[in-house]
Amino acid sequence: MTTWEAVIGIETHVELQTATKMFCGCPVDFGDEPNTAVCPVCLALPGALPVANEQAIEGILSIAEALDCTLTETSLFYRKNYFYPDLPKNYQISQFTFPIGVDGNLDLEVDGETIRIGITRVHMEEDTGKSLHQGETGRIQGAEHTLLDFNRAGVPLVEVVTEPDIRSPEQARAYGAELQRIVRTLGVSDARLEEGSMRFDANVSLRPQGSDRLGIRAEVKNVNSLRSMQRAIAFEINRQTEVLENGSAVVQETRHWNEESGVTTSMRSKEESEDYRYFQEPDLLPLYIDEAWRRRVRARRPELPAQKRARYHDLGADSQVAALLVDSPDLGTLFEDAVAGHADPRQVGIWLTGEVVAYLRREEKPIGDTGLRSGDLVELAAMTAGGDLSSTAAKEVLGAVLAGDGNPQAVAEARDLLQISDVSAIENAVDEVLAANADAVEKILGGDSKPVGYLVGQVMRATGGKADPKVVHDLIRTKAGG
Amino acid sequence: MSDLADLTIHEAGAGLRTGDFTATELLDATLRRAAVTEAHLHAYLTIDHDGAMVAAATADRSLAAGDDDRPLLGIPVALKDNMVTRGVVTTASSQILAGWNPPYDGTAVARLREGGAVIVGKTNLDEFAMGSSTENSAYGPTRNPWDTDTVPGGSSGGSAAAVAVGSAFGGFGSDTGGSVRQPASLTGTVGVKPTYGLVSRFGLIAFASSLDQIGPLARSVADAATLLEGVAGWDRLDATSYDGDLPDISGSLGAGVEGLRIGVVGELTGEGIDPEVLAAIRVVLDRLSDAGASISEVSLPSTEYALSAYYLIAPAEASANLARFDGVRYGLRVDGDTTEEMMAKTRADGFGPEVTRRILLGTYALSAGYYDAFYGQAQRVRTLVRQDFAAAYEQVDVLVSPTSPTTAFEIGAKVSDPLAMYYSDVCTIPSNLSGDPAMSVPVALDEAGLPIGFQVMAPALGEGLMFRVAAEVERAAEFTVRARLATSEVDA
Repeated sequence: MTTWEAVIGIETHVELQTATKMFCGCPVDFGDEPNTAVCPVCLALPGALPVANEQAIEGILSIAEALDCTLTETSLFYRKNYFYPDLPKNYQISQFTFPIGVDGNLDLEVDGETIRIGITRVHMEEDTGKSLHQGETGRIQGAEHTLLDFNRAGVPLVEVVTEPDIRSPEQARAYGAELQRIVRTLGVSDARLEEGSMRFDANVSLRPQGSDRLGIRAEVKNVNSLRSMQRAIAFEINRQTEVLENGSAVVQETRHWNEESGVTTSMRSKEESEDYRYFQEPDLLPLYIDEAWRRRVRARRPELPAQKRARYHDLGADSQVAALLVDSPDLGTLFEDAVAGHADPRQVGIWLTGEVVAYLRREEKPIGDTGLRSGDLVELAAMTAGGDLSSTAAKEVLGAVLAGDGNPQAVAEARDLLQISDVSAIENAVDEVLAANADAVEKILGGDSKPVGYLVGQVMRATGGKADPKVVHDLIRTKAGG
Repeated sequence: MSDLADLTIHEAGAGLRTGDFTATELLDATLRRAAVTEAHLHAYLTIDHDGAMVAAATADRSLAAGDDDRPLLGIPVALKDNMVTRGVVTTASSQILAGWNPPYDGTAVARLREGGAVIVGKTNLDEFAMGSSTENSAYGPTRNPWDTDTVPGGSSGGSAAAVAVGSAFGGFGSDTGGSVRQPASLTGTVGVKPTYGLVSRFGLIAFASSLDQIGPLARSVADAATLLEGVAGWDRLDATSYDGDLPDISGSLGAGVEGLRIGVVGELTGEGIDPEVLAAIRVVLDRLSDAGASISEVSLPSTEYALSAYYLIAPAEASANLARFDGVRYGLRVDGDTTEEMMAKTRADGFGPEVTRRILLGTYALSAGYYDAFYGQAQRVRTLVRQDFAAAYEQVDVLVSPTSPTTAFEIGAKVSDPLAMYYSDVCTIPSNLSGDPAMSVPVALDEAGLPIGFQVMAPALGEGLMFRVAAEVERAAEFTVRARLATSEVDA
């Protein structure tokens, strides 16, 4: 029986959060009433002309550069012609030959293995308006009528296309997540899948393991989260496997992912797909990106997620903790500040990604709305390392600090959580317990270490639980000769 | 016959400032002229009486206050109806835009308003500027005031006819393949296609974006210079507009042609050109020679292919430019059972046959499998045409030719023969492909009493030189006849 290998390529659209649209002065604002952020240009009134938005060009350049693309010196805009009611000009200004960036790559770590995903191209285009199909289905099939909102028409859109280098739904998800992190780190888009400011289309095909030829692919659309992309691709791999094992051929087509039913269904076959009749956009000049401009883009490249994860790991955070901290930049900042204050990185990382994350989730608050500051973490770490707090007590203190009850020292005192780790203070209690339990001491001296635990318990009870158990244990061993 | 409507812009401007008459009186004379001529010519689609009266009254206040030297202040002008005018219906002579009332002014229009010009109205054109006779208008043809049985040329035939007959002091058209110069030639007016990018295209309803250029029509070379200066210059709303220093146009008039090298384009002064037209051109060339210019013949070998290349590039761009007329957001909508059907029906009913023909041609030329053979090849020819011009300008300062191979032809004569109609632009198209400036100056009448135009072409941004030669052509030709409506009714 044939073993099938999945071959996956992903096209990602990212809306840039620029002040104005790609080719006109309308604001990029998604909260507005329908059809209020519009003008003659983005409504394609007769006579209107596009002028490229420099801020958007800067945005796409930073994305292309972060993906290690070669930045094209003379980049061209094209018209992509197709009729659709929410596309005002009935052509989209896009790129074809000479896109802004080509030949990049993105390294991912999936299940402890590093894989490299080739980036074919990164190009600039404009978004369409929104069709709001009115009817039971909410889709065009069965719609009674359709409303159009052109506020989104002309919003700068970056398309990132990968090579068919992805081999599993998990890798696809990891790619999507890492691209999202990069875009957010660059500050060019909020990259929210559920709101459509980042959108994925996955091209999926199968081939016999070991083959180097590409099979016939299906393009999966309408995946609105990383999880649904993973699910949709997994479904598609199973579907195509079945098709192939039945001796049939996969049809080249576009398929729609349905989140509720968890299946993909055919939208249209590529055979009847349109010829976009690309030609160079005569209303725009070629975009010339000279060496000085490219240098400026390189120079302002921020620390990317992968670099940050490595740095956090080098600072002493566990790999998984480092990854979580990079995903939550607010926590990452707290981590960095605490570590700069000489707190134990490993311990701080565990607290932040454990108790703190759990607290924020439970309370549905951002970290800024809690009482926790980096100085508190430094203090808490010091108290724990010095034996003043047990690990259990430290967690309780952390919870109280988050709730705004005060700094760790104050909370620990108020709640009477401080441990006694001063040997002389504990010694008296130990002496008293040993004197009162002569037979136990006898047994220990005779080589039976079982009663040690009992004696430790007695001392802890005598000190109201505040003695450092380790210190107690050591004292008993020394004094009873165990 | 002394009538204010027959003055040039320069004469009218002087009279306004000496107080001989007011802008309101100028406008009245213009509207009275239109009232007589429109029934015969149909130069205008819309006359904006109210807007024009307000503009004239405003101009009169500025004139009364004195010290306002804006050269177009109070001057009545006509705009081709593919120039978008806020609050004044703009149709591009198409059914698909019937009644469309734009919410904005194009840049050239806004500059004319700022310059104090009085916009009389919107003039007829071949639908979406596609044609050479102004017969392809959804609202009926415009006639040539020199002989109302003939066409005024096109596509800016409405503006040309209005300027020729005095129902406007100056006009604006758009020139994609000769649409300002050829009607200028056929109506005995001066028509200019500026360097691509000199005048903003923002608010010009696009036909072929890489070729379209707004240009003036006037009754003298000096008037044309003033009109052009009124609209030229960089515009942040047009990415293809030229952002450098503007050529000095008016300042170069009157410098003569002594020492200039004038090249006669061999390919455009031979076969296919009416002998009467050629004879008139030769007379002017002799006079230019007498005035001190050196005349030589120059070859532009690729012009043989220019017409074919143009009829691929222009329709290809048009097929995309006209895609926005779909019934969704504005203009005509013909209902259908589905959105696709609505769009298809709207376009089928809304576009006339010539526009439909060019959209189909252009769509075909861009289609997968045909692109290289058609659009790609046409772009290569365009490059060759540019190289030809560049090589020619190594040898001479300006190039000259007839503007149109013939004088005005009869209405209906070429309607059923698109290729014959397309040939009307054989002399003008090369300058659109190269992007260089060119203009037409009337120099004589043929035996039938119809005007003949002389074309002057110059290198990019060479408007100063071009107008300098044009002014000398105007002087040398001593062409002073004005169009008189040649209909029995008016003559009586």
